[in-house]
Amino acid sequence: MSVLEVKDLHVSVETEQGTKQILKGVDLTVKQGEIHAIMGPNGSGKSTLAYSIAGHPKYHVESGSILLDGAEVLEMSVDERARAGIFLAMQYPVEIPGVRMTDFLRTAKTAIDGEAPAIRGWVKEVGEAMGALRMDKSFGERNVNEGFSGGEKKRHEILQLELLKPKFAVLDETDSGLDVDALKIVSEGVNRAHAATDLGVLLITHYTRILRYIKPDFVHVFVDGKVAEEGGPELAERLENEGYDRFLQPSGVA
Amino acid sequence: MSIATTQTSAAGSEQHGARAHSDGGWGAATVPVQTRSERFSSTRHEDFAPVLGVEIDWKLTPVSRVKTLIDDELDGSAYDLADRGSSSGAAVEWIGMDDPRVGSAGTPEDRAAANAWSSTQKALSVTVSGDERIAVGLDRSGFGSAPRAAHTVITAKPNSQGHVVLRSSGPGVLAENVEIVVEDGARLTVVSLQEWDDYALHLASHFARVGRDASLTHIVVSLGGAIVRVNPSVHLSGEGANGDLYGLYFADAGQHLEQRVYLHHEAAHTVGRVNYKGALQGDGARTVWVGDVLIGRDATGTDSYEQNRNLVLSEGTRADSIPNLEIETGDILGAGHASATGRFDDEQLFYLQARGISEAEARRLVVIGFLNEIVQKVGDPELESYLAGRIVDELGAAS
Ligand SMILES: Nc1ncnc2c1ncn2[C@@H]1O[C@H](COP(=O)(O)OP(=O)(O)OP(=O)(O)O)[C@@H](O)[C@H]1O
Ligand SMILES: [Mg+2]
Repeated sequence: MSVLEVKDLHVSVETEQGTKQILKGVDLTVKQGEIHAIMGPNGSGKSTLAYSIAGHPKYHVESGSILLDGAEVLEMSVDERARAGIFLAMQYPVEIPGVRMTDFLRTAKTAIDGEAPAIRGWVKEVGEAMGALRMDKSFGERNVNEGFSGGEKKRHEILQLELLKPKFAVLDETDSGLDVDALKIVSEGVNRAHAATDLGVLLITHYTRILRYIKPDFVHVFVDGKVAEEGGPELAERLENEGYDRFLQPSGVA
Repeated sequence: MSIATTQTSAAGSEQHGARAHSDGGWGAATVPVQTRSERFSSTRHEDFAPVLGVEIDWKLTPVSRVKTLIDDELDGSAYDLADRGSSSGAAVEWIGMDDPRVGSAGTPEDRAAANAWSSTQKALSVTVSGDERIAVGLDRSGFGSAPRAAHTVITAKPNSQGHVVLRSSGPGVLAENVEIVVEDGARLTVVSLQEWDDYALHLASHFARVGRDASLTHIVVSLGGAIVRVNPSVHLSGEGANGDLYGLYFADAGQHLEQRVYLHHEAAHTVGRVNYKGALQGDGARTVWVGDVLIGRDATGTDSYEQNRNLVLSEGTRADSIPNLEIETGDILGAGHASATGRFDDEQLFYLQARGISEAEARRLVVIGFLNEIVQKVGDPELESYLAGRIVDELGAAS
């Protein structure tokens, strides 16, 4: 059974005003097949956690560790992490001019698997996955994310999730900017991946509406760079009704 | 009324571009020092003043290293040609410099081009005619390292369709003129492919004249050579003429690749597109792009756009990029220019790596993606995939 562990993680970024601490001791354990929702106010460090797990060079890990089945993820390069089974669906997927989506997908699949996929089966698999996400075939000929709408970019992220079959996926606000239909389609994609490969999911979101489609086992409230409270699905309901106010007390009171 | 704008972006340690601003001047009210169409021209070497390296058209070139080509006597005899295109249906022949075809598209505007002109004894003439599309490959690899001159005249007869590739490889110290005449209704693509050895020196001037409802696609691909300077001047002379001027260059350590493009809209309803893209990688990799577009008094209803983009892949490189736009008529459809020199985008790299793709492979994808826009214009699938492969080689060679 695979497990992803984040232990006492401290992360900073360099800003024009100097070094800024963002994560201040995050502890989190996600086991294979579990779905964890992370909720929290803007600027609390959710994306920072996601990027730190994926290895974005902008974020400096000051201390702590991230273990994937006991192996130190922090010592791996970005691509090594992906090949080890970590996937990040980005809040703002990047446009890559001149790189066709089909070429990109095949290159990524080849890199992850260590060998090129058998061409016939692969074309069929991509076609079916795109169909399930209601993505027109013509997207395959387009450049990666170039000119995609916000919702199309998110579907493309989930398409990659389904095709690359990681062990753990961090979904950074995959639900934001989606209309109701798209939200449902994208959620179904996540659920398919979860069912097919016993995927472990770290679902970052502001809204409980996605939790109607993707049922979390655990909910973590993220405030000021740390997990402030943890619970089951009922915690999400409370946050929906009460907001984050009770967590935003002046520091030192707790 | 004459409007001139000029804009520069430079990458690397020096900011040479900042000085270049003063050449054209800023603001809508400023008239350039000299209108591009009024530049002096002659076929005689001695009519030009000695080149000091401070002149507007030479100051970004390492003049001292190409002195031989500018001033010395050059061997201007006929040379070996791998494929004379005889099987393709084009007429390929050596002609005297007194032949009326010589001089039909233009006259040298600098001392090196004039030196090449007066040194040449035999010019190579390529004529495309008839209704069928005719493809000609001119493979020049036997120049050797002695300084020499060359002259080529490519003519597309009325309503013909041609695709001509002028490829240079091997050693070479060459000054040359290439004339391109696209007669009424003809459609011609000319690809000038520079794949020289590391020590080669090459100064080329291309002159093109595009007739009524005719279309020229001109593509400069510079990959190899120590100093390669290819300056295309294209005149859209006939009403409704079309000029697509593309360029692709990849400079690695110590290489100087330069292109000074001049697109002159002479006639009404002409359409011009200039798009040059370059990559720089390695210490001392150096590129220069100057794009002068002139929309003449009679060129009403003109549509013109030019751009240059450079992708900087490592430290220690320098790219100069200077678009100039002069408009002499108020009645145009559109005219614009853009220039940008950017570093490799780390966010793109991160995105690809986050999908398991190694850094080297990610860089390859992005650079090929960037340059592919031009590769796709070549119009010959075999040559296009060959060029894509050569770009991969270039990336690997310097990293
Ligand atoms: N490069 C940076 N320079 C300066 N500040 C940064 C940088 N990157 C992140 N931050 C700051 O770190 C804090 C956490 O940012 P992060 O993006 O992780 O928040 P978030 O919880 O994902 O917010 P949101 O809900 O709005 O997506 C914010 O205050 C943000 O402004
Ligand atoms: Mg965020």
